[in-house]
Amino acid sequence: MWRFVGMRLLQAIPVILVVITVTFFLVRVAPGGPFDGEKAVTREVKAALEAQYKLDLPLFQQYTAYLGDLAQGDLGPSFKYPGRSVNELIAAGFPVTAELGLYALLVALGIGGLAGIIAALRPNTAQDYIPMSAAMIGICMPSFLLGPLLVLVFGIHLDWLPVSGWGDIPGDKILPSITLGAGYAAYIARLGRAGMLEVLSQDYIRTARAKGLPQWQVVLKHSLRGGMIPVVAFLGPAFAGLLAGSFVVETIFQIPGLGRFYVQAAFNRDYTMILGTTVFLSVLIVFFNLLSDILAAWMNPRLRAQFGGQ
Amino acid sequence: MNTEAIVDIARAEQGTSLWQDAWLRLRKNHLAVLGLAILVVFIVIALLTPWIAPYSYQQQNLELGASGPSAAHWLGTDIFGRDLMTQIMYGGRVSLAVGFIATAVALLIGVTWGAVAGYVGGRTDAVMMRMVDILYALPFMIFIVLLTVVFGRSMLLLFLAIGAVEWLTMARIMRGQVQSLRQMEFVEAAVSLGLSPATLIFRHLVPNALGPIIVYTTLTIPNVMLLEAFLSFLGLGIQPPQTSWGLLISYGAETMEEYPWLLIFPGVALTLALFSLNFLGDGLRDALDVRGAKD
Repeated sequence: MWRFVGMRLLQAIPVILVVITVTFFLVRVAPGGPFDGEKAVTREVKAALEAQYKLDLPLFQQYTAYLGDLAQGDLGPSFKYPGRSVNELIAAGFPVTAELGLYALLVALGIGGLAGIIAALRPNTAQDYIPMSAAMIGICMPSFLLGPLLVLVFGIHLDWLPVSGWGDIPGDKILPSITLGAGYAAYIARLGRAGMLEVLSQDYIRTARAKGLPQWQVVLKHSLRGGMIPVVAFLGPAFAGLLAGSFVVETIFQIPGLGRFYVQAAFNRDYTMILGTTVFLSVLIVFFNLLSDILAAWMNPRLRAQFGGQ
Repeated sequence: MNTEAIVDIARAEQGTSLWQDAWLRLRKNHLAVLGLAILVVFIVIALLTPWIAPYSYQQQNLELGASGPSAAHWLGTDIFGRDLMTQIMYGGRVSLAVGFIATAVALLIGVTWGAVAGYVGGRTDAVMMRMVDILYALPFMIFIVLLTVVFGRSMLLLFLAIGAVEWLTMARIMRGQVQSLRQMEFVEAAVSLGLSPATLIFRHLVPNALGPIIVYTTLTIPNVMLLEAFLSFLGLGIQPPQTSWGLLISYGAETMEEYPWLLIFPGVALTLALFSLNFLGDGLRDALDVRGAKD
């Protein structure tokens, strides 16, 4: 097991380096410097600004300087918000995005997992078709359509829930969490159904049933762990998707999170902000992919044995 | 026994080919057939739009403004008095075109990459597939946003960026197929005939792996369309005066309190297209008995 973890950690390092390098050079070769658009900037002021942001150095030195700063956890200053560092902006936005992502994941796991298990217990009956059709709708209904529709129905027509904001009015976290989580609930339902079906057809489940265990014990104690392996392996990619999905959901519900900052930075051409956020999110995503792989491997006795037990 | 009888027997004995079999199985899957039918209708409409659209694309009617569905405008009009059905038809052209073309880009890269890796094998294969693994771990949505910042927002970039993202799974599937195919006698025979690797790959290996390629392609198109709509919704994809379903949904979301139909109709169009493609893809997977193409 430790060998597996170590191997995956080693594999993560080149990925992160590639991300940093590609992002850095992409942003640097982008046409137009960050101060070109600003009016009434004299050449001296521009030169001073460029010196301050180290843009006057040769490209490769900029790169090594950036790597050096990065190693100390410093993502540099923001181009568009003078006096604020990218670190500060991320520190302000990320907790909100993380909370939103967490709730969305809970929605996805709760609804999706339950639907998948229920469907797998009686395959090819109404108990299977109804949740799986709902899952298909969830997959085909993009969040940027579902969000406004939920707002229209529950926010405006029924007037049950607030339509925007985060943490200002009680209940304003419900609609964004559902919007973001629904698509993943659908995927998890399908993955969970497939995983459970496979496990439920195994001999040891027949043995468990033969010795007269009640249904809930067969499901909870004997099948869940094996059946949920695909779901757990999906959590890493899902996390990456949730972060990207938060771009849209935060825009729809006007939530001051990292996703919204990122899209704004894309519009403002705030290069250091884009660079810093990309690096930050990439490292996070690589880390979560790693975590979900390790967790899935730990849940799978065959894989555990393959990597030396324990 | 006369010749006619022999021909008759031969005819009766003639088995169904893989494709006929698949078609028979697909026909029994009502949802897949429905998806195929909707898709054909959408594609025909998209191709004929310049001739059958009820109004011209740019035609405004500021006096009318936003109006609900009526006899003159079946799906209503937007705030500039433009016919929504016309907008959706033109938007559908763009959305479908992005879906098909970007998928074609992904298909081309993925099939070639996977076939070469699987056929050559050894160290080349290891390096090529390691690259795929590394790319898999990258957060692509974030990268596409980044690319739109660096290279500006253009349709060409959208094709390339989305195509460049979606080829990875195709490469993996293709590699697996080629690895199992190259063990077979007909490949050995082709090699001993002195065929060049390129001919061998594209004349003999790719056609034999067509099933999984078709299934995965069908399932990639909706992903691509979703990606395009996602970017357009954020304002980073298709730019006005062009339009797409994603862009129409984003406009609709802005004014949905007063004019909900501006959100609902483009949303229905996009969802219906995604539904059809997903059902068709699932149906094809069962019909062609392809495993592991997706979930």
